[in-house]
Amino acid sequence: MTAATTTQALVSVEDISLSFGSVRALRDVSLTLRPGEITALVGDNGAGKSTLVRCLSGIHRPDSGRIVFDGEETKFSSPEDARKAGIETVHQNLALVEDLTVWQNLFLNRELTNPLGLLDRKAMKREAQRMVSTLAVNVPNVTSTVRRLSGGQRQAVSICRAAGFSSKLVIMDEPTAALGVQETERVEQLILKLREDGHAVLLISHNFAQVMRLSDQVWVMRSGRCVAGRRTAETTGEEIVALITGAKQS
Amino acid sequence: MSATTLDAPPASPAQARSQRLRDPAFWADWAALVGLIGLTIVFQSLNSTFLSSGNVQSILVAAAILIILSIGQTYTIATGGIDLSVASVMTFAAVVFGWSFTEGWALPLCMAAAVATGLLAGALNGFIIAKGKIPDFVVTLGSLSAASGLALILSDGKPTTVISPFLLKLSTQGIGIFGWTFLLALVLAALTHVLLFNTRFGTHVLAAGGSAEAATATGISTARIKIAVYTISGTLAGLCGILLVARIGASSPAADTTMTLNTVAAVVLGGVSLLGGRATIIGPVLGALVLTVLVNGLTLVGVSQFYQPLSVGIVVVLAALLMRFQK
Repeated sequence: MTAATTTQALVSVEDISLSFGSVRALRDVSLTLRPGEITALVGDNGAGKSTLVRCLSGIHRPDSGRIVFDGEETKFSSPEDARKAGIETVHQNLALVEDLTVWQNLFLNRELTNPLGLLDRKAMKREAQRMVSTLAVNVPNVTSTVRRLSGGQRQAVSICRAAGFSSKLVIMDEPTAALGVQETERVEQLILKLREDGHAVLLISHNFAQVMRLSDQVWVMRSGRCVAGRRTAETTGEEIVALITGAKQS
Repeated sequence: MSATTLDAPPASPAQARSQRLRDPAFWADWAALVGLIGLTIVFQSLNSTFLSSGNVQSILVAAAILIILSIGQTYTIATGGIDLSVASVMTFAAVVFGWSFTEGWALPLCMAAAVATGLLAGALNGFIIAKGKIPDFVVTLGSLSAASGLALILSDGKPTTVISPFLLKLSTQGIGIFGWTFLLALVLAALTHVLLFNTRFGTHVLAAGGSAEAATATGISTARIKIAVYTISGTLAGLCGILLVARIGASSPAADTTMTLNTVAAVVLGGVSLLGGRATIIGPVLGALVLTVLVNGLTLVGVSQFYQPLSVGIVVVLAALLMRFQK
């Protein structure tokens, strides 16, 4: 494997395996993510990308192997633990509550309260406005409900939530899969902005052009294994496709 | 994303108000208030004693139990559930009250026993729903039957007379036209409103009802929320057990099946979505008042009692039709 150097890795996944019954979803997967970089994770459907991401975001626990995040071995037992450690996930289904407002979604389960234990709505709205404007997210108003937002705006809110709260790693599962050309463009700019602001990003994408455009490092998964890693600058879309399909062994 | 629509300047307050009035969704949200005003006008024009202080007072007192039960029901419905056991838990709590009273317990202890009965029944409902992963409807349908059964067993099917000056005062006196029980309902409404809209818990209830998946992804335990809302509903039902005894001067194991349906009707009239995720407290409170006013008004203008369930049914379905215009 032409792995990137493991020194100063933000995340290093070491030989993790996970089975669901007789299905071996992950087999001895090892990879690293560097701080301040966009790392892409590619692979066919069922290659294990989402399962790996779920391990990182605290939804699943690997059967064996370990995940070292920011110098410490992680033992997440819930998504909340991962969030506390600084790993935020933008789920494919976005994990937004449609009937709640933008600011309520941004602060979901992180609500600010006053000394009486009551919600500090004013502070949350103000802070939400700031979060939205620093990312230059095009959202009409933080007091409107998510139901009224377009697909791209929802994605933006979701990314905004992940980028806020001083997260160190933002995981994005197919962030542009359901978006039109213009909205995809905007979301890509948001992802680049995240990197500029110092967040590491783990990007799952089926769009090779996007991967080549955005990422610094690419990891390729095939049937539960991480089969190759490449610096994006040193590879081509064709090579990645060949690695995914198994036409080329690393 | 079209930038023009997003950056539109906020409308002026007057403009926004007139816009809201033309929006059918606004009327759908306030169906209960519109209904309450409409019914008041109709009944007052048919019988001028309708708005007399005596009648208003009796309406408010009569509404108290339904209001309190509907508040609990609102919480369960806000999570996308439903508590079909509220009325039988209330009956059971009333019987527990009557039983402990006959056993010679002090009044505060009897009251605590009734509330604790409701609390336990609610917590059990919530626990089975959350941990057993059984639909809310099924579990509370089961406890509907179980609680009325327990009430029959404990009381041996016979009503118990409860004579207490305190309970008599509770159900007959108050401040001005506001009876104590109605005032209690108002205080509970205010508290539960704050709980729903001004605490983290309330936001999590709405989040769990709106999208359990999203709530879980942000680390909210939907199981804990379920247990909490059914405990709230059960506790309020237990409290209503006391009010029921106070109102009729006895504890009776007779099941009141229409009461449960009326709580759901009040919640629906109040503009709360049965799918969960959207709720107010003021809506169901007004909904409960509408149903009470309807029954009171029909009796006052001399319509046979037999027409009352029919009219309640019509009002609820009409409200549900209006609800289709909700955003």
